[in-house]
Amino acid sequence: MNGFSSEEAIVAVDVADAEGGAETANSESEMSGAGVIELRGISKFFPGVIANENINLSVRKGEIHAICGENGAGKSTLMKIIYGMQSPDEGQILVRGREVRLRSPRHAISCGIGMVHQHFMLADNLSVLENVILGAEPTNLGYILKHQAEEQVAKLSDDYGLDVSVHTHVEELAVGQRQKVEIIKALFRGVDILILDEPTSVLVPQEVEDLFVAMNGMKAQGKTLLFIDHKLDEVLEIADRITVLRAGHSVATIDKAKATADDLAEMMIGSELPVPEIYEEGTGDEVLLQIEGVSLNATAADSRKEILKDINISVHKGEIVGIAGVEGNGQTELMEVLLGTRKAVSGKIFMEGEDIAKWPTRKRREEKLGFIPEDRHKMGLMLPSPLWENAMLGHQGLKPYAAGGFWLQPRSSKAKCKEIVADFDVRTPGVKVPADALSGGNQQKLIIGREMSMNPKVLIAAHPTRGIDVGAQAAVWDDLKLARQEGLAVLLISADLDELIGLSDKLLVIFRGEIVAELDPSEVTPRELGSYMTGAAQPDADSETHTDTD
Amino acid sequence: MRQSFGARFEGVPRRAGWALLTPLATLGIAALVAAAILLVTGYSPVSAARTMWSKGWELETVIDMLNRATPLYLSAIAVAIGFRMNIFNIGVEGQYILAALVAAYIGAQFSFWPPLHIAIIILLAMATGAAWIAIPAILKVTRGVHEVISTIMMNIIGVSFVAAILFNQWSQRDVLNQKTPDIPETGRMPDLNSVVEFLVRDIEVRPSGNPKKFLLGFLAVAAAVGILYHMYVNRTRSGYDLRAGGINSDAALVAGINPKKMILTAMLLSGAVAGLVGLPEILGRDYHYDLEFTQMLGFNGIAVALIGQNHAAGVALGAFLFGFLDTTGPILDTVDEAPEEIVTIIKGAMIFVAIIVYAIARRQQLADQARAANRMLAQRVRGERENGQAPIGSDFYTNGTDDNAGTDSDIGRTSAEEARENP
Repeated sequence: MNGFSSEEAIVAVDVADAEGGAETANSESEMSGAGVIELRGISKFFPGVIANENINLSVRKGEIHAICGENGAGKSTLMKIIYGMQSPDEGQILVRGREVRLRSPRHAISCGIGMVHQHFMLADNLSVLENVILGAEPTNLGYILKHQAEEQVAKLSDDYGLDVSVHTHVEELAVGQRQKVEIIKALFRGVDILILDEPTSVLVPQEVEDLFVAMNGMKAQGKTLLFIDHKLDEVLEIADRITVLRAGHSVATIDKAKATADDLAEMMIGSELPVPEIYEEGTGDEVLLQIEGVSLNATAADSRKEILKDINISVHKGEIVGIAGVEGNGQTELMEVLLGTRKAVSGKIFMEGEDIAKWPTRKRREEKLGFIPEDRHKMGLMLPSPLWENAMLGHQGLKPYAAGGFWLQPRSSKAKCKEIVADFDVRTPGVKVPADALSGGNQQKLIIGREMSMNPKVLIAAHPTRGIDVGAQAAVWDDLKLARQEGLAVLLISADLDELIGLSDKLLVIFRGEIVAELDPSEVTPRELGSYMTGAAQPDADSETHTDTD
Repeated sequence: MRQSFGARFEGVPRRAGWALLTPLATLGIAALVAAAILLVTGYSPVSAARTMWSKGWELETVIDMLNRATPLYLSAIAVAIGFRMNIFNIGVEGQYILAALVAAYIGAQFSFWPPLHIAIIILLAMATGAAWIAIPAILKVTRGVHEVISTIMMNIIGVSFVAAILFNQWSQRDVLNQKTPDIPETGRMPDLNSVVEFLVRDIEVRPSGNPKKFLLGFLAVAAAVGILYHMYVNRTRSGYDLRAGGINSDAALVAGINPKKMILTAMLLSGAVAGLVGLPEILGRDYHYDLEFTQMLGFNGIAVALIGQNHAAGVALGAFLFGFLDTTGPILDTVDEAPEEIVTIIKGAMIFVAIIVYAIARRQQLADQARAANRMLAQRVRGERENGQAPIGSDFYTNGTDDNAGTDSDIGRTSAEEARENP
């Protein structure tokens, strides 16, 4: 039972502040010496992956400390370690100068550390009050002290600008309000160190401003905030200090005053970029895929949060166009619009000059479009089914898999699958084994083979080498080069810069659902790429770019 | 691609082994449970088993068993069609009862050339079954109402509707019973006794000269439905779409399979087959719908589909098994004075055991196949390495980073194992 209330916690913090001789938020950053959280040499290894290595981080009391980094830089793992969800393999964690071994989130909370997850953990059918006290109910002999709880929660609501009654059901709240409920939930448990995992990614601009007001309010109360973000404009607006992580290492921690967006971007990307592939053949003249002014809102009813904003892309015959960007900036939705599993609000899509807006997914897939999904288990395969049945997925109405679009042809399907297995070097003893029995790399080769072997005109490859081993990765890259050579228009969505720069003829950067830059992979600098990906650069700085400055 | 002789047959004996082992294990464990209950309650399980076995294989009992298995099979196939698309049609009960009444009543209103008359009755029943499930189906695709809830509700409505209104309107009342008018001769399905007598021996006759038992002609229809079901699911694109939607709906969606269309297809087909469940006795034995019309076939069908794992042949096995238990249960009561409810306990236990045994078997089978895949690859690589062909460090092993690559026991990891370790 968590015995102490938030009021006591605030009092405790006040006392601590008084001892430190600092009353106001601004002067607290002057408090030098040991931070409220110290990480020393933290490392965390997963099979085959180093998530964090020798990370040192010092978070000062009462500051807003931002953690920046690309996808896979190790931000989330680090936060999970601080919140007790994962234990580090090496290193020490010091909270308020004392070494602790955090065993669980509950333990972290009892040490005064709370976390607001990117995906909220709220019960929709309970009220704000019930959600906040859930699991930490103030009780007397087993009875919940509703009035006492209500007073506390109402006060916290007031303090942090949650302008709804505590009896409102969470399902009636907007996203920004739900986030505040999460924050209040943590504060109610008496935490004074709060981790916010990409808090702005789910919010519309007005809500972001609101959140920042609340964050500054917490800072003024003496709370310490640790927040993850990769949008540099936001980071520079709200953070006092910024730590950049890259490939599991902490690159540097700098004061906001000394940081510029470009420097930060370069730190996130690194100073070396991979060497782009020099293709012998130029790209064709014919435009095979043309996307014109495609826009998409989060929900049909709510036009405030735009997921895609006026996207214009054209891909020529024999061209690979890479889409760079931090994940969650609209890539998945763009893919869904192209597949036809999601309807855009506006805009047109042409394949080989034909408007396919009204085509169902099946027709698009059968006639024009090859698709390598970002998550092969979720979207690419029927895991318990044999390879030959997986090979026909997406083309099950076509020859040689079916005759007359109706009768399946197991015999010729198996023969076709054997061809794919041989041509694309899928390492398997036969075509009757279930897809589940293959390794990730071989599953991916099967998917690529199945798509390429049906002669599509356009190929969408989303993170084609994610989670596969180095050998298979090289094979996949060769396959994509082959697709280019065979005259396909390839749209490559990826977060892997080696892949993007190494393969693309042209690089587009997507940020907040907008194409913010068109870059030449052979000339691009890390600074440039990083600033576009993180929104540090203004889109109109690049003359070539389509912009829609508002 | 060259494929060795061994490769072609890799896994075949194992696969056959699993296919046999799982139903046998299921039955065995369920029988042990029943035996334990008999022992505890003071009856002899050995004697009960002996009775069931010896009486159970007399020709006349076998005919009963087949007659019982026929509607169970149809009911289970109806459920299985839904299961293939992850749809749980609990509404077979309501669908077949309503369909049986409608088919019996309308089928008695006219007289035609016999094959056509029978065909019309069959189609009427299928249409009624499909129409009754169409309501939950439309609710599901338009409003997202879960079919488990809606089909259960439709059962209650359907059965009550039959009892309260239709049956009263359409039936004739006599002293002991209440029944719809009899279907004329042209709409009756001939029995299969001549086939049985040709194949086995003459069926015992009553003093009146009539045979003691009739093998219902609808068995042939049920067999045809089983074959069509198998062909549809495994040999047509629509059946493939159905399975793909059931196995991985996300992958199916991006592969161009319209989920709403497949939900509708699966549910309507399921309802149409459910419509047939009551026909064996309407067309072959009673020729009318009356108060004694067999109920609960819909719910039993769910159990049979589960035991048969939605495969046409497996479901047939399950239906025979249930038919056997249902027909030998009453014998138990008279001969051993053991309660015939013991059969219900066996059936119930079988469902639980089936779920557990099949889950274990599936996991084992996958591990087996993955291991076989790895072993074959290892052998091939080793062979090529000896010939100096394969580059060292190639990713022939399913996972290039594994340390113990090259040992025979556990080479590489499959994605399934990876997934299990890093959820």
